[in-house]
Amino acid sequence: MGGPVKVRIDPEICQGQGRCFSIAPGIFDFDDLGNGVVIGDGTLTSDTLELARLAQSNCPEHAIFIEE
Amino acid sequence: MSDIVDESMAHKVPVQDFTSDWDHTDPRWVNDPYPIWEDLRERCPVAHTERYGGGWFPTTHEMVSSIANDTEHFTSRMVVVVNNKYPPNFIPAPIGGAPPITSDPPFHSIARRVILPAFAPGPVNALEPQIRALCNKHLDQMAGHEFVDGGMDYAQFIPPGVISTMLGFPPEDDEIFRDIVHLVLDLIDLPSEVRGPLFEPMSEYFTKQIDDHIENPRDDLTSYLLNVEVGGRKLERQHVAGTMVLILVAGIDTTWSAIGSAIWHLARHPEDLARLVNEPELIPVAVEEFLRFYAPVTMARLVAEDYEFFGCPMKKDDWVLLGFPAANRDPKAFADADRFIVDRAVNRHAAFGLGIHRCVGSNLARLELRVAIEEFITRFPRFELAESDAVTWAPGQVRGPRQLPLRILP
Ligand code: HEM
Ligand code: SF4
Repeated sequence: MGGPVKVRIDPEICQGQGRCFSIAPGIFDFDDLGNGVVIGDGTLTSDTLELARLAQSNCPEHAIFIEE
Repeated sequence: MSDIVDESMAHKVPVQDFTSDWDHTDPRWVNDPYPIWEDLRERCPVAHTERYGGGWFPTTHEMVSSIANDTEHFTSRMVVVVNNKYPPNFIPAPIGGAPPITSDPPFHSIARRVILPAFAPGPVNALEPQIRALCNKHLDQMAGHEFVDGGMDYAQFIPPGVISTMLGFPPEDDEIFRDIVHLVLDLIDLPSEVRGPLFEPMSEYFTKQIDDHIENPRDDLTSYLLNVEVGGRKLERQHVAGTMVLILVAGIDTTWSAIGSAIWHLARHPEDLARLVNEPELIPVAVEEFLRFYAPVTMARLVAEDYEFFGCPMKKDDWVLLGFPAANRDPKAFADADRFIVDRAVNRHAAFGLGIHRCVGSNLARLELRVAIEEFITRFPRFELAESDAVTWAPGQVRGPRQLPLRILP
């Protein structure tokens, strides 16, 4: 409780399926190899949380984690 | 060439029971595999066959995912089911004949990293105007006709045009590409002594292109592969040739099939067509549902060592047909799995595979699919199947419509 909600991508699990940065380009970006990366430190606001959850539920590799 | 195929099909014994004798080239499977998979998933989730030297077909998402992620027990040395598991030009694991798709760890990631940058979103997105122009070139030729073929006049031309430019091959060679692809993917059930020699024109063609690129290096993927250094050394010529074949084969038939299936769906579902015409911003979401529902690509693995999988006694060198399309229809993994929902928001589909072999070309494939649909329905906002019986489907591990006769409606 209380701490910021953060999103992260586990680079060991991510295979660059690209769903996250297509669905939520403000939250995720891609690196030179096309793998997903989180923009900034991944802190989510009440405005971006829902979109981050949608991206999470579309990642075929289950590589996206949202933690408090 | 089609004579040889017809003959080889004619000699096949029809499948009586898919649980113990599956064959993915059986006409029933080719024409409509979904009821077969559904039945198997309920009765016998890991089907078996003695054909092709023995193999298994797991039908649930959980099983497909666990095999795709288990490179220890399942090797990618061969990913297309054929009769001969040790062809004469056989290259062993972990490299295989067409890196990285035929490679296992640890070599796999080396071969994969080499090509990933070329297919990352940045360079791929830059191709959009060119893809749009290519679509319109073919649409211009179709304009004004009441009857067109969505496959033969359109879908089949888009991917080869894009790939040949990427590799730096002359555009007038598109026809040769399609023959190569057909050879590798459609004619799987020929005896190897018939199949082998059919590959010679392809090797000759690639030799010619590689030689030409060595003499005249240019800014394309072929020159990049010839010059890129891994651990301070250039790639073996054989590795370059294998990767080029892979990019051709993996990039053409697959995307052509995906575009064709999307058009086939829209021809039969005017409500979805109207929705996309009126709400084009929905097309990227619909693309994911096209990919889930009509996933064109089934891969294969070989069992590395004897291994018991979900109670099945798999033997070394048994085939495993890796049905990403079947996984995409598993009701345990998707709500209303057997319904096409054009605006499905949550869609964790596996059309591009799972795990380390995830399709390198997925960004490109998605772009081609989106642009091809956008341009087609902008030009033809209303169309239907001209004759539903006339639609033919590609047999084998890449499935999509080939003949797709359409009537353009006013
Ligand atoms: C809709 C179109 C496409 C679909 C459905 C598709 C599907 C797949 C699948 C399922 C795999 C996984 C293979 C495995 O697990 O053994 C794969 C791998 C691959 N695909 Fe695609 N593909 C498509 C288009 C493309 C395009 C356009 C290209 C490139 C031009 C491409 C290049 C590759 C490569 C190089 C691999 C091997 C990756 C590796 O082994 O690490 N694909 N594709
Ligand atoms: S959707 Fe998942 S696998 Fe794909 S890039 Fe994002 S985190 Fe990686």
